[in-house]
Amino acid sequence: MAFAAIHVPDFMLQAVVRAEPDLHGRALVLIEGTPPLEIVVAASATATRAGIAPGMAKSQAEQFRGIEIRHRSSAQAHAQERSAHAALLDLGWSFSPRLEDVAPDTIVLDLAGLQVLYNSEGTIASELARRARGLGLSASIAIAAEIEPAIIAARSFSGIALIPAGQESERLGPLPVEALSPSAELLGTLERWGVRSCAALAALPVLDLSERLGQEGVRLQAMARGEIRRSLILAEPAGSFEEEMELDDAVAELEPLAFILGRLLDQLCARLNARSLAVQTIRLRFDLERSPEKNIRTLEEGSRQKPGASIYENNVTLPVPMRDSKMLLRLLRLKLQADPPSAAIKKVVIAADPAAPRSTQGGLFLAGFPDPEKWELMLARLGNLVGEANVGSPELMDTHLQGEFRMDRFEIVLKEAELARNGKSAAAQEPATALRVFRPPFAARVELREECPVRIAFCGARAEVIAASGPWRTSGNWWGDDVWQHDEWDIEIRCDSVSAGRSASGAREQNPAANSEASLRDGMYRIYFDGLRRSWFVRGVYD
Amino acid sequence: MPRARAIPVPQNLSALRSKLEAALAGRIPAPFVVRDRQLFETVSAGIAEIDFLTSGLPRGGLTEICGPVCAGRTSLLLSALASRTTTGEACALVDGCDAFDPHSAREAGVELKKLLWVRCRNLDHALRATDLLLQGGGFGMIALDLSDIFWKTIRHVPLNVWFRLRRAVENTPTILILLNRESQAKTCASLVLRLEAEPTCRIAVPEICGPGFFRHSVSCLFDGFEVRAERIRSRVQSVANAYGGHGAAPAIADGRASTFKTKALWSYFSRVGNDSSAR
Repeated sequence: MAFAAIHVPDFMLQAVVRAEPDLHGRALVLIEGTPPLEIVVAASATATRAGIAPGMAKSQAEQFRGIEIRHRSSAQAHAQERSAHAALLDLGWSFSPRLEDVAPDTIVLDLAGLQVLYNSEGTIASELARRARGLGLSASIAIAAEIEPAIIAARSFSGIALIPAGQESERLGPLPVEALSPSAELLGTLERWGVRSCAALAALPVLDLSERLGQEGVRLQAMARGEIRRSLILAEPAGSFEEEMELDDAVAELEPLAFILGRLLDQLCARLNARSLAVQTIRLRFDLERSPEKNIRTLEEGSRQKPGASIYENNVTLPVPMRDSKMLLRLLRLKLQADPPSAAIKKVVIAADPAAPRSTQGGLFLAGFPDPEKWELMLARLGNLVGEANVGSPELMDTHLQGEFRMDRFEIVLKEAELARNGKSAAAQEPATALRVFRPPFAARVELREECPVRIAFCGARAEVIAASGPWRTSGNWWGDDVWQHDEWDIEIRCDSVSAGRSASGAREQNPAANSEASLRDGMYRIYFDGLRRSWFVRGVYD
Repeated sequence: MPRARAIPVPQNLSALRSKLEAALAGRIPAPFVVRDRQLFETVSAGIAEIDFLTSGLPRGGLTEICGPVCAGRTSLLLSALASRTTTGEACALVDGCDAFDPHSAREAGVELKKLLWVRCRNLDHALRATDLLLQGGGFGMIALDLSDIFWKTIRHVPLNVWFRLRRAVENTPTILILLNRESQAKTCASLVLRLEAEPTCRIAVPEICGPGFFRHSVSCLFDGFEVRAERIRSRVQSVANAYGGHGAAPAIADGRASTFKTKALWSYFSRVGNDSSAR
């Protein structure tokens, strides 16, 4: 049995650099405390080389040129640390379901069974380090037969450390006693005794040590000898993935927001990738800046709407799970263009509902279908262009009222069972007569003789009915508010040339938005008499 | 004075050709291959007479169907959509004036679940939506219905728009159909069909009604109408044996035109009733 400990040195700094990759390699300093007692708690290697050390006052650190200072106690820094810790856990779960969350910067994995997949423990450690780099973290990896020696080695050695079984004491011996994390009092006692290394502590007689330092001393010695054995305290995998960013200055425009979204999506997709998962639904949440001007205006208008809604939420459900961050970003941009937030954004939170990625192509003999990953993007673009309600697949309603339908989502996943049914070839047959409908229907004046239409006028022109078929009476919803009662007729009309010329302009006057060619011309029409409104309408033309 | 650098001349034409191919690799797949633009894979339009007249609708080409109101354009379009959706292909309809009737489509045999309907309210949206769909790819058929848009508006569409659409559909398995009142795509269209309804009475008046049929209008039924289809332009290579040995070929007036008849929904009902009574 072997355990791998993964430790992220300078965790606070790495969390900030992971969220802001521009800071990589620069002199970065983290401060903590309340003004004016703010002190440096962490400094990057470049800052340390420049002369900055932890414990230095902020005013001193500011004397150095080109230093980037971040406040560790800000909500933004906490969010960055939470995100980095979640990424570290995802790295662990991508390898093993048996994982212990030791500290924000340290985890331990049970490697039992992984030797089947990887040749050696060295390969496992290298792969762990590579995946950590992929998540924006630089980690130290240690593999040992027991948990505690692995943790001590990961925290003490940089890079990869492999400790064979039985050599724990030997490998941990040169390390200082501080590596065992003793209490300050115990550390002071050991220093007074001149015990400074783990090897020196391990060499002390157990009984004497127990008499002088108690059980804590014995435990420390067992750790120094690599003899502590314990079980893993298993951590529960998180069900959702979330990345967030608190902004120093509120963002009101889409372009800078897209930059932030892109960065968060990159991190989110890398985490999902580490767990071999993909995004099924993206949940977007913005904390908005309260605008006092808007609140005043709303109150003046006497609106009942809650003034200055401070949270914006938008969900995007994908047809198939995907984890292409660029594709997701384009999709979010289109969604935000169609439905922008009402105020500037202070905080961005992106959560993803994970799902197993698409594992098959769908079938070799399936008919051509749009690429599902591109499909959602194209649908969003079309929705942006003509309105989301105007794009989809028509679904007929269970009613006798003509022209009733609703727009359904266009599903592109063709199931294998459907394939067999669709294997039939398209046979040519007699075509059905199609109706082209006018939306909304044109109001008409109809002249009746013996209760049958003989002349009709609409769109500013008149025509003679040369044949008529009807009435076909339908009614419904008499039990509700939307009751309807129609007498439908199919009529064939013939209009004179003067009327036909006038009708085109009449149609445009009646429905200028359509800029339509629909007008009174010779042909077959479907008209109906609305029994409740006592009016005639032209539903459409047969074509 | 600097001397011009000598350009190395290839030994022969084949060397020059291979050099050019290497230079253009990745941008132009086969620069010296003569592409036969007229060689299209064709599929059924869903109407035997139209298939015989045109050899089918060309994949990777623009088919224009034009004609006046009530000339059977939409009936032909729905037949083509039904033919494609029943074979499992996804189709898209860009509806320029929001005139599509889903009930008629279902009666024509269109599988509505496989039809993407984009309801537009103006020409600009319709053209841009078509472009997006073509760029997205994967559709068996994309129909752009501009029948009800005012003809002067369509005339203002520059020719390069149609060229762009033709270019986008080239080398794809998509059939692009344009429904229009007058032919607008000009040389961009691989196939142009003009439809006209025959001037016959479309309502079947029973003999018992006599001349005063208005008294009995309830017993009259709209029975569909006859449509005359004329092939105005075709770049599609004819498939000679498309119907060879498979029953009688439909009647074609002069080789460029044909007629077909549309049927109303209740015509099917009456036919089914007759068939069952005959048994």
